[in-house]
This record gives sequence, C-alpha cells and structure tokens, in this order.
Amino acid sequence: MKLTGSEILCESLLREGVEVIFGYPGGAIMPVYDALTKYPKLRHILVRHEQGAAHAAEGYARATGKPGVCLVTSGPGATNLVTGIADAMMDSVPIVCVSGQVTSNLIGGDAFQETDVVGITTMISKHNYLVMKADEIAYTVKEAFFLSNTGRPGPIVIDITKDAQFGITEYQYPKKIYLPGYQPTLRGNDKQIKKAAGVINSSKRPFILAGHGVLISHAEKELAKLAEKAHIPVGVTLLGMSAVTKSHPCYVGFLGMHGNVSPNRCTNEADVIIALGMRFDDRVTGRLSDYASRATIIHVDIDPAELGKNIHAHIPIVGDIKEVLRELIPSVNETRHSTWFSSFKKYDVLEKEKVIEPEIHPRDGKLKMGEVIRTVSEVTNGKALVISDVGQNQMMTARYYNFETTDSYITSGGLGTMGFGVPAGLGAKVGRSEKEVWVFVGDGGFQMTIQEMTTIVQEKINIKIAILNNGFLGMVRQWQQLFFDKNYSQTQMFNPDFIKLSEAFGIPAVKIEKREDLVRGIEKARKTNGPFLIEFVVENEANVFPMIPTGASVDEIRVE
Amino acid sequence: MKLGSNNYYIYIIMKMKQKPETSTLIVTVQNRQGVLFKISGLIRKRQFNIASMTVSKTENPEISQFTIVVEGDRSIVEKMSKQLYRIVEVLKVSDPNEDEIVARELAMVKVSTIKVGSKMEISMIADNFRAKVINIQPNSMMLELTGDEEKIDAFYENMKKYGIREFVRTGRTVLYK
Repeated sequence: MKLTGSEILCESLLREGVEVIFGYPGGAIMPVYDALTKYPKLRHILVRHEQGAAHAAEGYARATGKPGVCLVTSGPGATNLVTGIADAMMDSVPIVCVSGQVTSNLIGGDAFQETDVVGITTMISKHNYLVMKADEIAYTVKEAFFLSNTGRPGPIVIDITKDAQFGITEYQYPKKIYLPGYQPTLRGNDKQIKKAAGVINSSKRPFILAGHGVLISHAEKELAKLAEKAHIPVGVTLLGMSAVTKSHPCYVGFLGMHGNVSPNRCTNEADVIIALGMRFDDRVTGRLSDYASRATIIHVDIDPAELGKNIHAHIPIVGDIKEVLRELIPSVNETRHSTWFSSFKKYDVLEKEKVIEPEIHPRDGKLKMGEVIRTVSEVTNGKALVISDVGQNQMMTARYYNFETTDSYITSGGLGTMGFGVPAGLGAKVGRSEKEVWVFVGDGGFQMTIQEMTTIVQEKINIKIAILNNGFLGMVRQWQQLFFDKNYSQTQMFNPDFIKLSEAFGIPAVKIEKREDLVRGIEKARKTNGPFLIEFVVENEANVFPMIPTGASVDEIRVE
Repeated sequence: MKLGSNNYYIYIIMKMKQKPETSTLIVTVQNRQGVLFKISGLIRKRQFNIASMTVSKTENPEISQFTIVVEGDRSIVEKMSKQLYRIVEVLKVSDPNEDEIVARELAMVKVSTIKVGSKMEISMIADNFRAKVINIQPNSMMLELTGDEEKIDAFYENMKKYGIREFVRTGRTVLYK
C-alpha cells in the first residue's frame, strides 16, 4: 500500500495505540494536519500554546501510563515545546513529540522557521530523530514509542522534514526494531536481592523511600506488601506521593525540604534504607555529607546511572521496581518494628501541634492554603486525581491532600515548571475521564499557561481549577523573607480579576474568601457538570513549614 | 649529555608521570547520525574532563569506536560509563587496564632547521625515535611519529631546542591485545 509520509505517520500512531494528540499546526507540519482529517480515530486537541501541548501530553502520560503525543510545527513550534520536553526528561515521563521541519534541501540554510531541533533537544530528551525520508517514518515511530515507555521512560523527539511528510512510499509497519545498545535490565540480580533481604532481615530500623519509579512500574501493591510483611515505615518523595495511600499504616510521610518532620529526621536514625525508584535529589537529601550516615543503603532503580550518582549505594540493584520487589518479598521475614515506628510518632506529635493544626484549623484571619486543600481533600474523600503547579501550592497539596487512592498525584518535580498545572490537568482528565480531577495552582503559575482555559472549554474537559491566590510568587517570597531580609523583589503580583477572566473564557467561577463558604464553593464546583474555577483568596505572607534550609541536614528540619 | 640518549628519555618520562590521573574508555557505538554530538554533549553537561578523544569506523562500518581519555579516578570513570550507557546508540563501554591493550597515537611536528647543522641532528634524533621525515622546506622539516604518549612527549621535548613551528597529535587510540 502506497501512502504519503503524513499518512504513514498517522497509521503508525494508530498502530501504537494513540488516541489523542495535543498539537498546534504551522507551516512545516501542514501535510500531517491535512492527513489528520482522514483519521478521525486520532482525536486532536488544539492547545493554545505548544508548551501547553507538552504539559498536556505529560499529564496524559502520567495519568494513563501510555506515551503522550504532541504535534507541532518547526521553529517556534518546536522551541515552545522545549520546557515541556525538559520537564518530561527530569520526571521520566514518556512523551513523543513530533515536529515538522523545513524541506530537507533547505536544512542548514537558515530557512524560514528553521531550527536545529535535534541539536536543541539532544540534552533534554531520551532520544531524538531527524527524519528526512518518508520511508523512515514508520520505523522511527515504532522505535520512538518503544524507547519512550521502556526502561526509564522519557521524552522522544521526532523531527520530520516537510518533503518526508509529502513523500509517497510503500507502507508496511515494521514488526521488529533493532536497538542493540538499548536493553534495559528488568530483573534484579539474584545475589544482590538475596543480600538485600539479608540486610533487611537483620535490621532494627529499616526505612523505605518510595519514589516515582514505584508508580511508573505500577508496583504500589508490591510496595505495600513489602512494607506490611516486614513492617517497614514508608516515606515518599514528591513524585512518589500516592505510591501508598496516606492512611496506610506504614505510611510515615513526605520526604524532603518541605516534607514531614518524622521521615526526614528518621532518615538519619535508620540502619537500613531501601530506596525504590528515587534518585536522592538534593531537595530530598539536604546536606549530603551526613545524610543517612548510619544506614546501609539498598538502592533499586532501572537506570544504572542513578546508582551511586549522589549517594553511595551499599547494595545497588538495577531493575524494574515491581520485578525486584516480587523477588524480594518472599525472602524477607515477617516481623514487627513497633519501637521503630514509635520514634516517628514523637516527631508527628510535634509537627501536628506546631505546623499542621494551625494550618488546617486556623481560628481567625484569612484562609490558609493548607486549610483549603485539606477541605477539598475531605469533600472529595481523598479520591480525586490531583495535579498541582509549582511552588507553595505544590508543597501544600503534597502535604495536605490525603491521597486515598494510589497513583493519584501529578506535579512537576525535577524541573519545577510553573505553568505546568492547568495543561497537565487537562491532559490527565483526557486520559482518565472517569476520575474527578482537581488542579491546584498559584496566582503566578496560573497566568503562565492561562490560554489553555480556552482549550478546556473547546474540548469540554471537566476539571476543577483551584487558584490559591496569595497575591505573591509565594515560594520565592518565602525565601526572600527568610534568606534575603524580606526584600520582596518582584514577587508581589498585580493580578487580573480571575473570576471575570474565567467567565470570559466560558468557565463558571466563584471567589471564596471566607471560611464558612469553603465547603459550599467546593461542592458547587463538583456539582457543575463541566470545568469550574474557584479562586481561594488566601493569606498573603504565609510560609510553608517545616523546612530544611538549603545546605542543612535532614535532621535540622525547622518547624518555624 | 648525548642527544637522544636513553638517560634523557627516562628523565622525560619521569617528568611526564606527574600528569593528572587518567583512564581510557573504549566506547563502541552504532554508527548513526548525531552520536558524536551526543557523546560530546554528555561530557560537557556532566562536566567530565577529557584529555583526548578519537573516533573512527571499525572493521564493521555500522560500528564506530571512540577512545576517550578521561581525567579523574575510578569513580569518575564509573559515573561516566554509566552516563554513556544512557545514550541509545552506545553498545559497549569498557575501561581496560593498561596491560590489556596496545595504545598508540600519531604526532606531526614541524621543526625549524635554521640553525647550522640542525638538520643532521634532528635526523639522528628522529632515527632514535623511529620518526619519519615527511616533508622538507628550506627552513624547516616535518616529522611524523607514532607511539605511546610518553614517547611522543619525549620526542617533543627533544625537538624544543630547535624551535617547534607547529605540533599536532591525534590523542590515543587503542585495541585490545
């Protein structure tokens, strides 16, 4: 069967199970857009800025576990994707970005809307391609989808010249791909797993640190099983949030800079650390020199480059978390570590009194972020799929939303991309339409990708957007207060009227300023069949605590 | 001291031994477009220090071999090889011991022959080093030399006094014994 390159691209995407494309047309991708109308099974969602396409694809991928797809034109279309690609790289999110490129004979001549997409994206993608012939498209797409979602997932870029999109060639979807240099190790080394089991069995104070890898390999059940069987406390990283539910008896809290007190302090008391699919990011470890200094570290990750990168692993295990845990669980002994668990409790009491209670049950004053998020959590029974943007709203969401279903939190962790929330939320809802989706976003981040409100309306995407408006770039302001003598340089926000704005976009909205209106507002949002926006006017100069100041050790975490 | 004598050669080697610790990485890759860019980008991004890098096709035209000389201890080499494996085209990274491999590099040097009698002396030294004269101009001659790093360093030191006009070397390339 002879087809054009553009048709081959569409056929190949269908073969890979693609249902949705987030994209934006332009000159160098027009042949593909022309072909798209012949493939109604490929739902195209027209974003309003290419960055939105990348984040929406990320949201979709993280909600479904399937690669998200973006389609953009050359030049500015492709460069607008860059932030999203870098974000996907840092957070190991499988997305496949297809960009149009100028005709092959113009490449290198600074043609209109030409950019060196492969050059720009090489350092921020898992792999990338420049395709200049129609007959290379099918194979490249197959390889790209395979690469994006195997091993450690990541973004793949396929840059296709306009002549390759026009070119006519025989279409046959390849059966096999040949990647001799890419063979991710899934099964852990037996000897290492036996060794790890031995160390766990003889430990008094074992501690599991669960990261994004647990969610990526869908090992939530195995994680809970290991924790229950060997009675091991589980702390989660920001991206590991919801790897176990917050009500799970072994869950002890959120690790890192604005995490809970007990898991941070107990990291330095543990005698064995079982790090699962996490990468000892500096926001988690604090000062490295005395991090987990008493512990034997078992580090499991599918990416060998993570083992020993920041922290020396005594027992490194390369493999898929699910497979490794399945092998590990039978060799660990059933036991109780009640004394060890109680050492977490004493810090929990302190944090509850000093931080949590004043945040979620304030007596007077303006609304607090934690209070808003906890109320949403209670009204939704902790069962929503939650997306947060970046900054104070993100830390507060992670801290105060009680995730009662696993794999239900999406945020930009590694890159910390403001503006991620709204487009990722719409992508997530497209992927998991049965879920109630809430997006928490600050007044700053909301304005970074605000144009996607139109996309939400056009596509009738039923998400609830909660703006936590404190009139500041809150996290930066907090740092200015604590470390720059309250010199609030450029962090106070001049904001538009979010309610009028939302209504202008066609999304009903309410502004909530009073404590007694909280539940009513949230209920109204939930009852509305379709997108809804709530602006919560919260305290202007509130801080996120606890906090590990940069350069401090995890056990120097401050509660005020 | 006689020119080109063994003692002098040894002295130069001793001097050269004070260089920073280096290791050699042999990296075989699938010969696809952009691999060189990816590898050099990785070296820059992760801030590895490179003493030299050579690349060429192998007996199999679909496979190329990089020989990368890295400055740093074992842990740096290990980190670098793990990072290299993240590149999809990278097939194998190995860091051999010196006794497992034969290493060579090529140097070309253009030496001034203005000084009376220098042509004769240079030719004698070149003979000792098994260097070849490959071009002669009225005021200079060009020599080529292959060997290990120490030999090339020593030859360079010996040529200095005549006035080195230009000097280039390829960096090491290796094969397993």
